[in-house]
Amino acid sequence: MSNIDSKIPEGPLAEKWSRHKAAIRVVSPANKRKLDIIVVGTGLAGASAAASLGELGYNVKAFCYQDSPRRAHSIAAQGGINAAKNYQNDNDSVYRLFYDTIKGGDYRAREANTYRLAEVSPNIIDQCVAQGVPFAREYGGTLANRSFGGVLVSRTFYARGQTGQQLLLGAYSALNRQIDAGSVEMYARHEMLDVVLVDGKARGIIVRDLTNGEIKRFGAHAVVMATGGYGNVFFLSTNAMGSNGSAAWQAYKKGAYFSNPCYVQIHPTCIPVHGSQQSKLTLMSESLRNDGRVWVPKKKEDAERLRKGEISAVDIKDEDRDFYLERRYPSYGNLVPRDVASRAAKERCDAGFGVNAEGKAVFLDFKYAIERLGRETIEKRYGNLFQMYEKITDVDPYTHPMQIYPAIHYAMGGTWVDYNLMTSIPGLYAIGEANFSDHGANRLGASALMQGLADGYFILPYTIGDYLAGEIMVPKIDTNTPEFDEAEKNVTGRLEKLYNIKGDQPVDYFHKKLGHIMWEYVGMSRNEEGLKKAIEEIAELKKEFWSNVRVPGEMNNINPELEKAGRLADFLDIGDLMARDALNRNESCGGHFREESVTEDGEAKRNDEIGCYASAWEFQGEDKEPVMHREELVFENVKLTQRSYK
Amino acid sequence: MSSFMKASIGRKFFMSLTGLFLIIFLFVHLTLNLLLTFDDSGVLFNEAAHFMATNPIIKIMEPILALGFIIHIIWSGWITLENMKARPKGYQAGDNLLKWYAPAKNMFILGGMVLIFLIIHLFNFYVKMRFTGDPLLNQPGPGLEDGVHNSYALVANLFIHYPVYDIIYILGGILVGLHISHGFWSAFQTIGLNNSKWMIRLKFLAHLVAFLIGAGFAYIPLYFLIKF
Amino acid sequence: MADKILKKIYVKVWRQNNPSEKGRFETYEVENVSQGSSFLEMIDILNDQLIREGKDPIAFDHDCREGICGMCSMYINGHAHGPDSEITTCQLHMRRFEDGETITVEPWRAGAFPVIKDLIVDRTAFDKIQQAGGYVSVNTGGVPDGNTIPISQVDAEEAMDAAACIGCGACVATCKNSSAMLFVAAKVSQFAKLPQGKVEAKRRAKAMVAKMDELGFGGCTNTGACELACPKNISISHIARLNREYLKAKFSD
Ligand SMILES: Cc1cc2nc3c(=O)[nH]c(=O)nc-3n(C[C@H](O)[C@H](O)[C@H](O)COP(=O)(O)OP(=O)(O)OC[C@H]3O[C@@H](n4cnc5c(N)ncnc54)[C@H](O)[C@@H]3O)c2cc1C
Ligand code: HEM
Ligand code: SF4
Ligand code: FES
Repeated sequence: MSNIDSKIPEGPLAEKWSRHKAAIRVVSPANKRKLDIIVVGTGLAGASAAASLGELGYNVKAFCYQDSPRRAHSIAAQGGINAAKNYQNDNDSVYRLFYDTIKGGDYRAREANTYRLAEVSPNIIDQCVAQGVPFAREYGGTLANRSFGGVLVSRTFYARGQTGQQLLLGAYSALNRQIDAGSVEMYARHEMLDVVLVDGKARGIIVRDLTNGEIKRFGAHAVVMATGGYGNVFFLSTNAMGSNGSAAWQAYKKGAYFSNPCYVQIHPTCIPVHGSQQSKLTLMSESLRNDGRVWVPKKKEDAERLRKGEISAVDIKDEDRDFYLERRYPSYGNLVPRDVASRAAKERCDAGFGVNAEGKAVFLDFKYAIERLGRETIEKRYGNLFQMYEKITDVDPYTHPMQIYPAIHYAMGGTWVDYNLMTSIPGLYAIGEANFSDHGANRLGASALMQGLADGYFILPYTIGDYLAGEIMVPKIDTNTPEFDEAEKNVTGRLEKLYNIKGDQPVDYFHKKLGHIMWEYVGMSRNEEGLKKAIEEIAELKKEFWSNVRVPGEMNNINPELEKAGRLADFLDIGDLMARDALNRNESCGGHFREESVTEDGEAKRNDEIGCYASAWEFQGEDKEPVMHREELVFENVKLTQRSYK
Repeated sequence: MSSFMKASIGRKFFMSLTGLFLIIFLFVHLTLNLLLTFDDSGVLFNEAAHFMATNPIIKIMEPILALGFIIHIIWSGWITLENMKARPKGYQAGDNLLKWYAPAKNMFILGGMVLIFLIIHLFNFYVKMRFTGDPLLNQPGPGLEDGVHNSYALVANLFIHYPVYDIIYILGGILVGLHISHGFWSAFQTIGLNNSKWMIRLKFLAHLVAFLIGAGFAYIPLYFLIKF
Repeated sequence: MADKILKKIYVKVWRQNNPSEKGRFETYEVENVSQGSSFLEMIDILNDQLIREGKDPIAFDHDCREGICGMCSMYINGHAHGPDSEITTCQLHMRRFEDGETITVEPWRAGAFPVIKDLIVDRTAFDKIQQAGGYVSVNTGGVPDGNTIPISQVDAEEAMDAAACIGCGACVATCKNSSAMLFVAAKVSQFAKLPQGKVEAKRRAKAMVAKMDELGFGGCTNTGACELACPKNISISHIARLNREYLKAKFSD
């Protein structure tokens, strides 16, 4: 009963993309000049797309909520970016990267998309090098690689511990060049609050100028959302404070399907939560697991004494340490994929072996690596990460093991898109983390940067041309139409409503509560009862929020609380949909772990009989049950096997 | 080129060149002045002073030197003013990263005090030697030929009989030294002749040069003060 | 690792409702702050308190809260990003403060960074400088393989040192001349170290410096305060390189 057309081209896997490119339409340069494109978001996906579209000759308007496009949260990615370059001669290939990604995603991604991602990955590296991205180099001057969680080849390119920053600055520089050339107009400190449809096609957006509260309208022939992930549903996550799901959610309410919301990734190496005043979690790069060994005490008494602060990690002898990842997964050891490492940490802590005061932390120890490689090598590899860790925790990781605990990190789910990256609304595109993308139920390390740039540099600029070729007769979009009036009225109405509740509790009060519900019931491990409870509790919280939130300040001025309130209103709805999606998917796969679906030794058990689909939720109206469509996933090139990292 | 003159880096470029030029001048000047302390009869110094007053090369250099000073001073005012304009409102808690007395923060004040000193200095000696004359200059002395001034007498008299001036001159030496302790390496930085390795070396050299010049000039009045 | 609790601290903070208002300092009391909290978490607590009291919370810029986006920008007790070195405001922790202390918090002060509200300033001038030439002019596609041009590890590392700049503006905020030289030098130096950047080196240095001057930043007088304030340890040796690049470009005109 799938009424979903993912527009996957015919032909053998390896030829789909080139055949598709050959088949789709192209807009002439003269016509490109007449076409306007809106790009919301200037992370890796948005900046690369806006720059590339500007270079092609379209008129681009780009938006971000930060004060500069350079600050999008892509900047925070530390570890690296994958590409099937096979520079290391370790038998890497496009196929292997594709296969690793599909397998890592627990066979819940589209073959064709994932293959295309692997196929364009080498171009990304070339592009970034040409832009002057200072990737790490070998002594001979060639590009250096490292291996990254969950794979057996070295294909990760990196720029110290700041890969995301450097790639984003590369894309930002390309964007700047287009701004200078006049082909891109940049609107920083502008938040998109709605997408406007005219005759069923996306024709513009409504934004709020965050510096003065002014509501503005922008029209275009196509709209691209590159607004990042919704991980902040959990309140505490590794996302930026402003990361949000609002753009995607408003699009959903206008008819864009939302796909696989229950797939979120929990990252195993974050600095543990501390106290109740914490505002955000800091990721320690996954690359640390290359040299650090994860352990908890073997004896419960030791763990208890650690929690009370009576002893410290260095007091525990090697033979009393339980290197549980090496024990449980001898072949991958400390390098098992994120979901596996995260659940294993939770399992140990739930069993009473947690090592910090809250009992929610495990050790990541560099003692052994320092013994083996020397302090200098470790310093060179992770110096800045160690420094950051010490600043935050006041503990020196050269002499004492780090404490880590899993935290929400990435959203595999997102706006549903077809092979062209177009959502179910014609003319509305979603790229980067914002779409439900190519990672299935779990994303491999260093693949999000790859996907963002693949979408923005090499895929969208082609596929959007196919759509726009049909729009060349459409004149400039007039924003003085009933559709824009209506959309603006809704936006203003909602903001005024939030502002006028004048209740007792600040936004964060509700956000923390939502985070708690999500972490408890829709977090690392889920079951039917908990999910149902989550849906109920979220509904209650939503009611309370809409009757008791207090938004201070002024409507027509900078007002961070008003921004937060709007975002939280959407997170409440996203949380609800996540729980529904998780409830629907009665199997364990990737980041989604259902307690009802496990093997005898407690590992996640995928169920391909019922689970081989991507969900695509359709909005039915406020407070109405949404409808789920199924996009059946067909695997013609890989054989579905249970993931095993033993 | 006019855009270069107005550009922030262009303006600094002239400060740097004139500053380095002034440092070279100071070395020459100091070498000469130290002769005051080698020969209490004054013969050596008077000869040197005469040479300086009559040598054609020095004659050519004099207006250039004056120009160097003038450019350095005018530019310093211009730069300082522009830089102050860049921060219309300051900090309540102050600016605490560099100590308030760091020479780098006080170049204009140090330079200004050096300028005041310079004016006093010019009136003490240069004006008298060149223009107004002074009875002391005509005082007979050992080895003085016809028409050669007894510059030594003029200098020695000031330093021996007016301790206030000794203090002013010692201060002058210290101020110039402080100015140069930042100015020397800064000048190399400004013209781009610096990198992370040379940074330490230049800063060391700056302090050495500053010490030599500062201490050298301060030594002369001290010598007279103590010896006579 | 049990962190001490600060029973009471006083936060003296700049309040200014909009760009045209004159602005003033207000002092607030905050109680029971764990020393393990970050500085911004302390401000969160204060804001929560202000909201509950029906007052307008303090507006401040922040986003990643892990020292990389460059958005946070507070001048704390006379130090850009506070009294700790090599960190941003969001990485500053309350361990650095004592019970009963009055902490003065001000926005970045520079003519080129006008205050928008409270502690939020407008740093678009930085973007404008980058737009003037902080890029390599290559289009998407049609570029050679990444390994075609070998780059020595030393050069790559040095370029990376410069490229680490997060555009926070602490250098401008700290410099007594509100000079943006360290920021501009970081970009120019990164490209000057890489073969990809050398092609346009002259145009870039001239354009970026001209833009910087035009936007009202002061000139560099080599005080070195910027590198001490810089959370990413960008060295002023990059300024020497910028001077060199600029002079080379100008003299070859
Ligand atoms: C701490 C951390 C480390 C990571 N490390 C890695 C790694 O090593 N390797 C890897 O591959 N991936 C990593 N990731 C994941 C990866 O960084 C992100 O998935 C990816 O960068 C997302 O890019 P994006 O362009 O889709 O979105 P973002 O970079 O999040 O950009 C979103 C953009 O949208 C704008 N925006 C959002 N909402 C609105 C709105 N309503 N109106 C206007 N503008 C809006 C924002 O201003 C921003 O410009 C990491 C992620 C985190 C959080
Ligand atoms: C004998 C006298 C002097 C010497 C040897 C000298 C030397 C120098 C040097 C080498 C510099 C560094 C230039 C650079 O950073 O590029 C400098 C800077 C400076 N000088 Fe002088 N100077 C002298 C007199 C003066 C006087 C009389 C004034 C003015 C009132 C002055 C004001 C300044 C100022 C303000 C600077 C700093 C300019 C800046 O850093 O941008 N100097 N000087
Ligand atoms: S140079 Fe340093 S202080 Fe200046 S903007 Fe860059 S990171 Fe911030
Ligand atoms: S909030 Fe991003 S650097 Fe501080």
